[in-house]
Amino acid sequence: MEWIQQLVNGISVGSIYALIALGYTMVYGIIKLINFAHGDVFMLGAFIGFFAITRWDVGFLPALIISMVLCAIIGVIIERVAYKRLRSATRIAALITAIGVSFLIEYTMIFFRGASPEAYPEVLPNTSIDIFGVSISSKSILILVVTIILMILLQFIVHKTKIGKAMRAVSLDADAARLMGINVDNTISATFAIGSALAGAAGVIFGAYYTRIEPLMGVLPGLKAFIAAVLGGIGNIPGAMVGGLVLGVVETVVSAFGFSLWRDAAAFIILILILILKPSGLFGKNTREKV
Amino acid sequence: MLKVNNIDVFYGNIHALKDVSIEVKESEIVTLIGANGAGKSTLLKTLSGLLKPKSGTISYLSQQINGKQAQSIVKSGISHVPEGRRVFSNMTVEENLELGAYLRKDRDSIKKDIANVYELFPILGERRKQQSGTLSGGEQQMLAMGRALMAKPKLLLLDEPSMGLAPLIVKQIFEIIQMVNQQGTTVLLVEQNANMALSIADRAYVIETGKIVLSGTAKELQESEQVKAAYLGAL
Ligand SMILES: Nc1ncnc2c1ncn2[C@@H]1O[C@H](COP(=O)(O)OP(=O)(O)OP(=O)(O)O)[C@@H](O)[C@H]1O
Ligand SMILES: [Mg+2]
Repeated sequence: MEWIQQLVNGISVGSIYALIALGYTMVYGIIKLINFAHGDVFMLGAFIGFFAITRWDVGFLPALIISMVLCAIIGVIIERVAYKRLRSATRIAALITAIGVSFLIEYTMIFFRGASPEAYPEVLPNTSIDIFGVSISSKSILILVVTIILMILLQFIVHKTKIGKAMRAVSLDADAARLMGINVDNTISATFAIGSALAGAAGVIFGAYYTRIEPLMGVLPGLKAFIAAVLGGIGNIPGAMVGGLVLGVVETVVSAFGFSLWRDAAAFIILILILILKPSGLFGKNTREKV
Repeated sequence: MLKVNNIDVFYGNIHALKDVSIEVKESEIVTLIGANGAGKSTLLKTLSGLLKPKSGTISYLSQQINGKQAQSIVKSGISHVPEGRRVFSNMTVEENLELGAYLRKDRDSIKKDIANVYELFPILGERRKQQSGTLSGGEQQMLAMGRALMAKPKLLLLDEPSMGLAPLIVKQIFEIIQMVNQQGTTVLLVEQNANMALSIADRAYVIETGKIVLSGTAKELQESEQVKAAYLGAL
């Protein structure tokens, strides 16, 4: 029954990837930009949660919410300051800017507080729960529950609310959306806000789960979340969720079989395979790029 | 109602509209005809705020609207049905109609107006849960028009509604345009199908390579030798 515990671990890691991947995929869907600074928003989210817990003495949930709100604001600022003026620039210019923003966030963080890691306080109950004779850590289950709630919330926003419909409309056809009276700039900002809030949530969850955070912690999970988004079909929201979960489980399985050194490589092998076999991703449509 | 005064519009250094002036009066159907690339769509896009004129003015209900954002132009009562329908393909028929009412807050009358659109275009009612990308060309045109009507426009801009449609469907669509007009919506209709357009219009303009070359009542233009030779002869 060891493997069930492994599977649950895989899903927990995967749900963190999925939460980050959602921001990648939503932003790509609406402005066709791979926002490489997204992993760093995840890092900032982890630190905001850390400060909320240690300085203001709040619990896991308030920390999660504070982090989500502040990350949403940070995401909007990044978009307004760095990306907005590049809407009509070439893709490569925007991409390079995104990488620049990523470095800026990482090294500003290091400049102000140094590169040393921080130990996340124990905010989640760490007991084992027996389910059908299998013991599963309560942390994993809590993380899973929080992730599922956030994903349901996201689906609700995207499909049922006015701003969600505007987001879908803009990502399908920005000019036609303008003709409906949709404010495209605000809609893009809202997309950044929501994606960044999810990354912030992922940061706090990551801290609570792995208990170690540092300024460059966003790099690898960010890349893996990007791979998860590509795996699911970039621009596709359910795809990002599934892609993240699949990636998490694959990684855990690879480690469980004793190849833990290959864990990180597994993600990149998946990326290479998907790019060769089905570049549009598992759920992607095989449509050509709009010009 | 709408007065376009000497506008010039550029794409980079392509001069697409040259010193264009037109007027649309309340409750008229005005048509703008011209060949491919004449600048018809460019003019409509400029009216709805997707493009900004480099010079000249556009006044609508005695307010200057050139340079305004598209959303505030929609809000002031101008709806634009773009060339090629541009329905939101991954969304259902009903969601498309809801987006047409994006700026409206009156939930109850939005529901009523969706029902009205289904009455005007019964086929859309049957397809309300269908992804709009899977509709036929004619159905998409109806959806694009229904979506624009959801904004309750005072002035409706139509860009080649007959494009790629069978004659019977074109006839149906033109009847609906007339009906919408009779219910009080002013219409500016861009067409290559000059025959059809002139048959329902009050007045018309002819545009060639970015310039208005002819204008008059629809009747005058139907009889003009110049128009006959260039736009009606082939039909
Ligand atoms: N986005 C653009 N960039 C550069 N040039 C453009 C652009 N859109 C249109 N043009 C040019 O402006 C001119 C007018 O185009 P427009 O689309 O207004 O023509 P049209 O009268 O609507 O033609 P059609 O009947 O084929 O739709 C054309 O010469 C076209 O090549
Ligand atoms: Mg055109």
